[in-house]
Amino acid sequence: MDGTDANTPRKSVEKIRCDACPVMCYVAEGKTGACDRYANAGGRIVRCDPLTVLDAALEAGEAVTPFLGADWDGAPAPDERRFVTGLGAGTTYPDYKPAPFIVSREVEGAELVTVVTEAIFSYCGVKLKIDTDRHLGDETAMVRADGETVGHVTTAEYGSQMLSLGGVRHLTGGEKREGRVTCETLLALCNREAVELTIDGGATVTVQAGRPPIVDGQVESKMRVGCGSATIGMFATQWQGLADEVVVVDDHITGVVSEHQAGKEIGWPDTGIRIKGRRSTPGRYFRVAEPGKGWGGADIDDPLQILGEWNPKKGARPGLRLLMVSTTGEQHGFYVLDEDLVPRPAPLPEALRGPVSVIEENCEPALCTVLFVGGAGGSLRAGVTGNPVRLTRSVQAGETRVTCAGAPVWIWPGGGITLMADVLDLPERAFGYVPTPALVAPLEFTLSRDAYAGMGGHLGAIRPVEDVLARGGEYGAATRGVGAGPGHGPGMRWPRRG
Amino acid sequence: MAAPGLTSARPPAPSGWEAQAAMLPDGRRLHLHQGPIDLVVEAFGPEAEIRAALAQAEARFAPLLGELVAELALLRAPLAADAPAPSGVVAGRMRAACLPHAGGFVTPMAAVAGAVADEVLAATVAGRRLTRAYVNNGGDAALFLAPGQALTVALGAPDGIGGGRALIRAGDAARGVATSGWRGRSFSFGIADAVTVLACSAAGADVAATLIANAVDLPGHPAIRRGPARDEAPDSDLGDRAVTLDVGPLTAAEAEAALDAGLAVAETMRARGLIEAAALTLAGRTRVAGDPRLAGPREKRP
Repeated sequence: MDGTDANTPRKSVEKIRCDACPVMCYVAEGKTGACDRYANAGGRIVRCDPLTVLDAALEAGEAVTPFLGADWDGAPAPDERRFVTGLGAGTTYPDYKPAPFIVSREVEGAELVTVVTEAIFSYCGVKLKIDTDRHLGDETAMVRADGETVGHVTTAEYGSQMLSLGGVRHLTGGEKREGRVTCETLLALCNREAVELTIDGGATVTVQAGRPPIVDGQVESKMRVGCGSATIGMFATQWQGLADEVVVVDDHITGVVSEHQAGKEIGWPDTGIRIKGRRSTPGRYFRVAEPGKGWGGADIDDPLQILGEWNPKKGARPGLRLLMVSTTGEQHGFYVLDEDLVPRPAPLPEALRGPVSVIEENCEPALCTVLFVGGAGGSLRAGVTGNPVRLTRSVQAGETRVTCAGAPVWIWPGGGITLMADVLDLPERAFGYVPTPALVAPLEFTLSRDAYAGMGGHLGAIRPVEDVLARGGEYGAATRGVGAGPGHGPGMRWPRRG
Repeated sequence: MAAPGLTSARPPAPSGWEAQAAMLPDGRRLHLHQGPIDLVVEAFGPEAEIRAALAQAEARFAPLLGELVAELALLRAPLAADAPAPSGVVAGRMRAACLPHAGGFVTPMAAVAGAVADEVLAATVAGRRLTRAYVNNGGDAALFLAPGQALTVALGAPDGIGGGRALIRAGDAARGVATSGWRGRSFSFGIADAVTVLACSAAGADVAATLIANAVDLPGHPAIRRGPARDEAPDSDLGDRAVTLDVGPLTAAEAEAALDAGLAVAETMRARGLIEAAALTLAGRTRVAGDPRLAGPREKRP
């Protein structure tokens, strides 16, 4: 049965009455009213899609001046730290019309123009960086959401696995359901929601921007400190004298201290150890096992399985102390060779606890990063200027700054305006969709008025910030302000972090 | 940035209390808005006639939501043949469109979007010399065609890509088009992605699309998530009845079976003269009742 009938126990629903229009809907918590414009958020009726104004004067995350038309005191010249974003601006299609808001403002004496729109991106996707050593799937393996192909596994990076999702081929090139599911997946990821992805022949991973990945039900907490070889390089001196051999198990590059350059330089003696797998350079081994979810991202539950026979002619001897540890320090084992040169498990000596835990302490928390990638080429530019290619050139020349809800974006060199933005830099729920299917993202172009005039901009459509705040736009006057603290928003400076 | 998601200290300016009218940026289409209603009105003909027609549309729209709200309780109640008749004109259109279907569960709200479109269209064209006009109420549209005229209606499926186009000529009976499906703004008992109906009025198309979409269903199927309408919208006219919240993957055979169930209802309505044509879409499959020119062959994708 579908569990749907009226016999199913009803959870109690907190409902409140919306008084935004004569219908006076009762709206349940987390739901919208009949209009889909007003919602019950935590017991308050809120407008879902206000024009969002970033205000550097507000502390980040602090509330928000509603800036409603009724409340606007008409004070002239709001300060230059206030910035109208594309969020809630509405959109225009087809795009020969001026963008919904073309706003001018004074910034440090230069009159700036910001062209604000919510851009429809048929060409867009996300790049996902998932901090994990666990094997998520082979390169080029298909990534699925809800059974539909939404992207693929791309390169493994240092301590992370990259997935590439979306793109025009999944959005519009496949079956209809594929496009819809892809759009839903991108939207959820960009709006910082958790999404479960399954990888063909690989893992099921739950991904959410700014949160640790969950791989096959296990929360990934630590990012590797480095590859096995790098770990040797970092910590060899700390192990010296406490163990006779140390192996850092890693699916990519397993390190062996006695053979490794770092060991040699501090006079580490040979041990006669033999590692299965392919030797790259001394003390560095590739492919000691198959990729997996065990030690160091390999399919290893017992690290001894990667060891061959010990060679007494090269230094193996009974009593030799062996430490095996993973690249995150989360797994480790201590062994002593017996009379037959077979490693036998032994308790980790107290003195080695520190050197093992220092590996773990040097690991960063594992997180998922969601970068929105979109192409703002095409007809969208015509909402900014009657001569679209001039906008492209102006952006490429650095004369026009592009932001996404006030957040900085990285523009790819080369043709077009292909941008990337960290969704965590945008206000929450900044993205929407249209059933084309395509994502809708806020987008602002900021440039000097002179430059705007020079490229054939819609000068007649320019309005001062205060006018936009007071009167709103085609699609309503509601605006909201969100804090744009230091390091965020339009005043952001490079470097981005730290 | 720890920016708040939905933000506002209190209810925003209650602009929804006042009916709003504005020309869209193309200067041709009039956007009428109040509360949950958004209408786009366009008229064709001599310029002066267009201006007068749009003014009539705006004037009729101004009090319209207030009239409906005054009788909302009655309009949300299940329709029985002996139920008291509402007094409002739009409410009367809703009731009239739903009465032929009163054998099963239906409330007049099933026709509200179409009835509003019909009413505003009637006001738009009254006394005017127009060639064509339409009032589009969020996908449910009422059409006016002078003799010899025709209008192509794009049929949008809620999940997008595959909407076809219907060519409606003055000689056709169809003057209303409506689309329903569980993904739309209204709740559905069924699982159709989209059911588009052409009928003599938008109100008639609206209620028929709703009921046909309800019939595209696989009762008891585990991939279909349902829940009481009241949990989603406390004052839904559907009360505690289970409405579709999500539809998981279906096999081809299951989708075909669900469409067959809906098509049977559509064909019965067509035989009774209640609808002209219908196109039912589920999981990329489409069934058409009536003239494919009217129902619009859906685009095929490679």
